[in-house]
Amino acid sequence: MAEKLLEVKNLCVSFKTRKGIVRAVNNLSFSINHGEVLGIVGESGSGKSVSMSAVMGLIKDENAEITGEVFFNGEDLLKKSDEELRAIRGKDIAMVFQDPMTALTPVYTIGWHIREQLQLHSDISDKAARERAIELLEEVGIPDPAKRVDQYPHEFSGGMRQRAIIAMALSLNPKLLIADEPTTALDVTIQAQILDLLERLRKTYNSSIIIITHDMGVVSELSSEVLVMYAGRMVERSTKSSLFANPQHPYTKGLMNSVPRVDRARTSRLETISGQPASLLNLPSGCAFRTRCPSAHVACTEQPAFISDSNGYGAACFLLTQGARS
Amino acid sequence: MTTHEPAFDLSSESPSKIAFRTLVRDRRSWVASTMLIIVVALTLSAPLYASLISKTDPFVSTINGTVVLDGVEVQVLQQSTEGLKLGVNPIGPTWKIGPYFLGADNQGRDVAARLLYGGTNTLLIGFAAAALTLIIATLVGVIAGYSGKIIDSVISRILDVIWAFPVYLLSISLSVVLLTSGFKWGPISLEAGSLYLPIFIIGLVYVPYVARPIRGQVLALREREFVKAAIGGGAKNSTIIFREILPNVIPSVLVFIPLMVSLAMLTESALSFLSIGVQAPDASWGTIIKDGLGLLYTRPIVALAPGLFIVITAVALNLLGDAVRDALDPKARLRGAF
Amino acid sequence: MLVSISILVFLIFFATPGVDPAARIAGRNADQLTLQQVRATFDLDKPIHIRYVSMMKHLFIDRDLTSYVNRGAEVWPQLTQAIPATLSLVFGAALIWLVLGLALGITAAGARKSWIDPAIGIIGIVGVSLPVYWLGEVVNLITQGRLHATLFRWVPPLGYVPFTQSPSGWFLALLFPWLTLSILYAGIYIRVIRSEIVGLMQEDYIKTERAKGAGEKRILIKHASRMSLITVVSLFGLDFGALVGGSALLTEVVFGIQGVGRLTFTALQNFDLPLIMATVMYAAFFIVIANAIVDLVYAWIDPRVRRG
Repeated sequence: MAEKLLEVKNLCVSFKTRKGIVRAVNNLSFSINHGEVLGIVGESGSGKSVSMSAVMGLIKDENAEITGEVFFNGEDLLKKSDEELRAIRGKDIAMVFQDPMTALTPVYTIGWHIREQLQLHSDISDKAARERAIELLEEVGIPDPAKRVDQYPHEFSGGMRQRAIIAMALSLNPKLLIADEPTTALDVTIQAQILDLLERLRKTYNSSIIIITHDMGVVSELSSEVLVMYAGRMVERSTKSSLFANPQHPYTKGLMNSVPRVDRARTSRLETISGQPASLLNLPSGCAFRTRCPSAHVACTEQPAFISDSNGYGAACFLLTQGARS
Repeated sequence: MTTHEPAFDLSSESPSKIAFRTLVRDRRSWVASTMLIIVVALTLSAPLYASLISKTDPFVSTINGTVVLDGVEVQVLQQSTEGLKLGVNPIGPTWKIGPYFLGADNQGRDVAARLLYGGTNTLLIGFAAAALTLIIATLVGVIAGYSGKIIDSVISRILDVIWAFPVYLLSISLSVVLLTSGFKWGPISLEAGSLYLPIFIIGLVYVPYVARPIRGQVLALREREFVKAAIGGGAKNSTIIFREILPNVIPSVLVFIPLMVSLAMLTESALSFLSIGVQAPDASWGTIIKDGLGLLYTRPIVALAPGLFIVITAVALNLLGDAVRDALDPKARLRGAF
Repeated sequence: MLVSISILVFLIFFATPGVDPAARIAGRNADQLTLQQVRATFDLDKPIHIRYVSMMKHLFIDRDLTSYVNRGAEVWPQLTQAIPATLSLVFGAALIWLVLGLALGITAAGARKSWIDPAIGIIGIVGVSLPVYWLGEVVNLITQGRLHATLFRWVPPLGYVPFTQSPSGWFLALLFPWLTLSILYAGIYIRVIRSEIVGLMQEDYIKTERAKGAGEKRILIKHASRMSLITVVSLFGLDFGALVGGSALLTEVVFGIQGVGRLTFTALQNFDLPLIMATVMYAAFFIVIANAIVDLVYAWIDPRVRRG
């Protein structure tokens, strides 16, 4: 078995607040191989973004406590100093964020930003950096790159800006790209273009992608593997096709049912998941989804273990123990 | 800002309770409040001090007065023993609880007593002018921000023109013009030499400073969903202003209070120093500094002490202002997260 | 804008209820003849708008305004002679307060977790709480009085020494006025800059920079501080403009510098209306210019503002 690119083991991220301890990420374990695309799905507050920020060492809150292990290329990132992590950030693991409109310092040109990214990790000259920047802009499909490279972020449209940011993120050939809701702030038409771009680049550079999203459409478009999070825990892990064909966890089922699908008969109303998203300060005992689950029963007052097969696919639900997985 | 914030249950307490609790926990508010209470208490005790301790009338010159020091009777204004031996030298600080604790000024008056009385005026003008500014500015700001384009541009224009003048130049100009003859306009009649004049002038001059930010805030609030919803729901303008707009504007006003008192105080003392603020026979810390100028090299305490009081009071007010501002800033608590 | 300001100034001095401009212009103890002359020159018997136009004409076009208080001394030359002193004072002080404000403000913002931030904070608060005229007097007390014979022997007497006359004299005479004037503004700028930067460090683009692998120091200086310049520039432009226009009058008075501020104040004290009109209009003019320059610099600093 090829060595896993990223292996997260029992990652816990909690924040001390005046009202108590908030467990934003609770015992998250998963891995991703080279060249894979993993989609992390969940609603706001599920812990999807916090977990990836913890992986990158971007959590600067003094009240945060991070435990567990995050193995990247065999080394535990959580044990590294900030200086060591800085060498990895941008070079081996890159991250793209949600809102392209505010993601770049407005007073520097796009070319300057790409140059900064390159020069933070290599000894490239200003001139060579500029040329590389033009190449990169062209590669992500920005027209007239030689002119655009000297333009400021505000002179780019949202979609163009996100392309440029992706270009910058991939400029040093990172093995892993983490994209946190990269299309949420964009028009649906642009969304498709960006996802296509990511897929194309992944093939060219052979990088892995973790895409964080709340949108099942994005998941189906890009990922090969999916991880579903709820209230800080992973509740299901599967291949994309299995997830859509046969969701195991009631939460996933609820998510699937709440999205209109072409291959289903038209019904008069979309189903919703009853209740409110779990409050991380006031989690129900046992399974956090218990209060909203249509299939909840007595056993659910205990925390269900994540039951998985040899590939790591499975779900955290007592229902699984009652039947074989298809 | 991005949307992926952890699902903290922060909404169970009202914002004002949270703000108050933050304020109480902030060490700065305690230090500042203590300082202010001491200063205010001292100044309010001026009449007591004058009658019990200094035993002289701080508003009456006692050029030929005498005082008993260490059992010896001594002239309050003594022949100068320095330089050309011309002129008189008031006695210096005795540093003993009793008459002339801080010495005498060039008219034989008890400096400490005058300091306390002067403080009353300085603080009074400071608070009153600040109140005037805040009331007018809030009114003007809300009206400008909420009304239609024409009213807004007229008001904004006026505010801009007033604010184009540096505060000190404008207040000095107005003081010079109004001080000797007073101000009579319709029902408003302020006599020359009354304390109302500085209050009026200083209060007016700072209106744009507060009104413009408030106007900006009201403009932004007007576009917010909850206001649009209220308008859509058919609520009357006055209801909207009082129920939706004002409660959101009040925190900003609160932050301005300590700041404006401090600014008003500093402006008043500058005007009094230039002889166009508080007029004799009233005293303020500014006038005492001015009085102390002639004695600067011989009896510096007369000019030093009031200044120190001003600095202490202003520091306390600014400290309090910082604490209030941080307590009311909702983003301050989420700060520090990734 | 200039027109509105001139109208306001005119109204204050000529149209305030209960004040007779003629008596004020002519000065105290003017006789009837002088009063009549004043009334004629300034058209004080005519309606208010004609008065305004005539005053503006005298002020700007004829530039022959003379001061009645100073027995016919012309107004404009007094003003122009005072300008170099004020410019020297303000430039020097501005340099000092900008350097201090930026250095200490950025340091405080970057050192939030240590004792340095509160310590600088105290410096800032004290700076804005010091009455500038009192501070000046205290400085004088020490440098001209108590320690004049020993530590501060080299401090020249109060007053302004033109640069052309003696560069070293110019410098020494301005040293303490510079320091005094700049303390207040340094305090303001330290607080504003620190607060601005702390706020800016929460912005999304800072997160991107961290993800790029940039270090905190680089982020603080090349990104947060650079963005804070936008506010600093507009604030500085206004402050500088106001000071050159005469707001430094307290400092000038206390240190005996014959600058525009001092001239303005003397004019106001003596109710020397022609001189007042000239100096106040000069001040307003400078502010308008400062605003215009700020707009230009703004575009240079923040590319989002540029057009086309």
